[in-house]
Amino acid sequence: MSEKVLMKGNEAVAEAAIQAGCRYFFGYPITPQNEIPEYMAKRMPKVNGVYLQAESEVAAINMVYGAAGAGARVMTSSSSPGISLKQEGISYLVGSDLPCVIVNMVRGGPGLGGIQPAQSDYFQAVKGGAHGDYYLVVLAPSSVQEAVDLTMEAFDIADMYRTPVIILGDGMLGQMMEPVQFHQYKGRNLPAKDWATTGTNNSRKRNIINSLFIDPQELENLNIERFNRYKQIQEKEVKFESVNCEDADVVLVAYGTTARVAKSAMSRARAEGLKVGLIRPITLWPFPVQVFQQVARTAKAFLAVEMSMGQMVEDVRLAVNGLKPVYFYGRTGGMVLTPMAIVEEIKKISGGEKND
Amino acid sequence: MTKVFEKPKALCDVPLHYCPGCTHGIIHRLVAEAIDELDILGKTVGVASVGCSVFSYNYFECDMQQAAHGRAPAVATGIKRVHPGNVVFTYQGDGDLAAIGTAEMVHAAARGEKITVIFVNNAIYGMTGGQMAPTTLLGQVTQTSPYGRNAENQGYPIKVCEMLSTLEGSAYIARVSVDSVKNIRNAKKAIKKAFETQIEGKGFSLVEVLSTCPTNWGLSPVESLDWLRANMMPFYPLGIYKEK
Repeated sequence: MSEKVLMKGNEAVAEAAIQAGCRYFFGYPITPQNEIPEYMAKRMPKVNGVYLQAESEVAAINMVYGAAGAGARVMTSSSSPGISLKQEGISYLVGSDLPCVIVNMVRGGPGLGGIQPAQSDYFQAVKGGAHGDYYLVVLAPSSVQEAVDLTMEAFDIADMYRTPVIILGDGMLGQMMEPVQFHQYKGRNLPAKDWATTGTNNSRKRNIINSLFIDPQELENLNIERFNRYKQIQEKEVKFESVNCEDADVVLVAYGTTARVAKSAMSRARAEGLKVGLIRPITLWPFPVQVFQQVARTAKAFLAVEMSMGQMVEDVRLAVNGLKPVYFYGRTGGMVLTPMAIVEEIKKISGGEKND
Repeated sequence: MTKVFEKPKALCDVPLHYCPGCTHGIIHRLVAEAIDELDILGKTVGVASVGCSVFSYNYFECDMQQAAHGRAPAVATGIKRVHPGNVVFTYQGDGDLAAIGTAEMVHAAARGEKITVIFVNNAIYGMTGGQMAPTTLLGQVTQTSPYGRNAENQGYPIKVCEMLSTLEGSAYIARVSVDSVKNIRNAKKAIKKAFETQIEGKGFSLVEVLSTCPTNWGLSPVESLDWLRANMMPFYPLGIYKEK
């Protein structure tokens, strides 16, 4: 067991990537994720890796494309406006079935927005921010430790299913310091990257990394094949945490750092005699639909709380599928929710004063 | 019997989709001959771009990646940084490289990225049907400059070699043409030199090849070659702009 160290979320994510075997990082500065490229700039040369500051987020994601296509474990990170710039490249990565890890330490938006934490990029990450039929695996850590663990696993998930994986954090997660341990990660059994462009060495057929298919039937077939892989991901990779849902009347739904605020709210509400539970999706895609179906049998209502104007709440409504009312409470633009405010919302629901 | 002429090993044995009279075929062949002569096919990785040469991943017998519009130098950077022992080249048109991909091209050169860019300049967007390119000459009529390119409204054509030769990271920058046998031979020399520059680790190399587009210029193949000589060459002088 490794010792506990106090680390900033951003730095911990960067170190986790290196420990997971990532040796190539292409980035561009943007607040509040700068500690990731800064850490990579320091560490990569020491582990025979490459840190390269690109001329733009657009270039960075395309360097990721080249490196991923060449068979490497590769990562980039950014924050909201920068992730918007990467969307073209993300679509091409998906279309060419290339694995990589992309970190988004979300800040307030739209536009240049702000630099304070937000969760308003949920739709972009989960519903497909670029063109074409696709999903990304989206992992949402709520602590620095979980950010470390999920970052390590993200590379395996990416390689296993040949898909980009997004680590969806926020400015708070990136900036706060917490004690973390870097456990020896037991990697999965992964398929060989025999599709990579490493040079044929005159000993095999050439490999082509490509997302252009002029024949519509061929393109449809490839999309269907990709969605078969998505089905496997939905069956095998769902992660969530549920707390106190067995007897809960009101079930809070929150992810990432907001889930920690929601947990505090749950404790306060319980102390006041209110039966409150929490579902915390850890994979935002695939969304943990089944647990909602289960909990909806006994709970009276769901309350989605987010640092946005209401985005994940749409997936909660789809998962609950009309069985019980789904309410929403959120702050946005970089404003962080407080436990007290959430408790007030719970009381409004219990008192029949809140509209769903 | 001795074979005196054959298809280069680095070129796939497939029909090319290019229009009759287009010079892409010649340029493909020159790249393939250079790869053969340097005996680097097994370690070469090519990057196709967006435009007429989008399908070039089907034409070269080495590993290939297809890049988004303008991003080929960034993609090539990713490949080269992972496998520094590979020989990595991009094959890009003037719309791809000198408009949407300007940043990627300039910064790959500025970093001295050890890649080779084959830059095909035919002064027009061919694949999309003949729109104005960043390299379209003043007065040149295209689908989107129907009254002729006008400096007041559409600005001036970009001289890529002149621009890139000012950058420290550029190691070999040359402009060639494939309008005549003599110029084709010179083009071949330049392309080979560009690959050698990369192999020797000297830095960024780019060969701009003046090329024709009979279909979108509305000229016969022979008239196109005359037009290239009369109009493109005076504005885009041939020569070696940088050699380290």
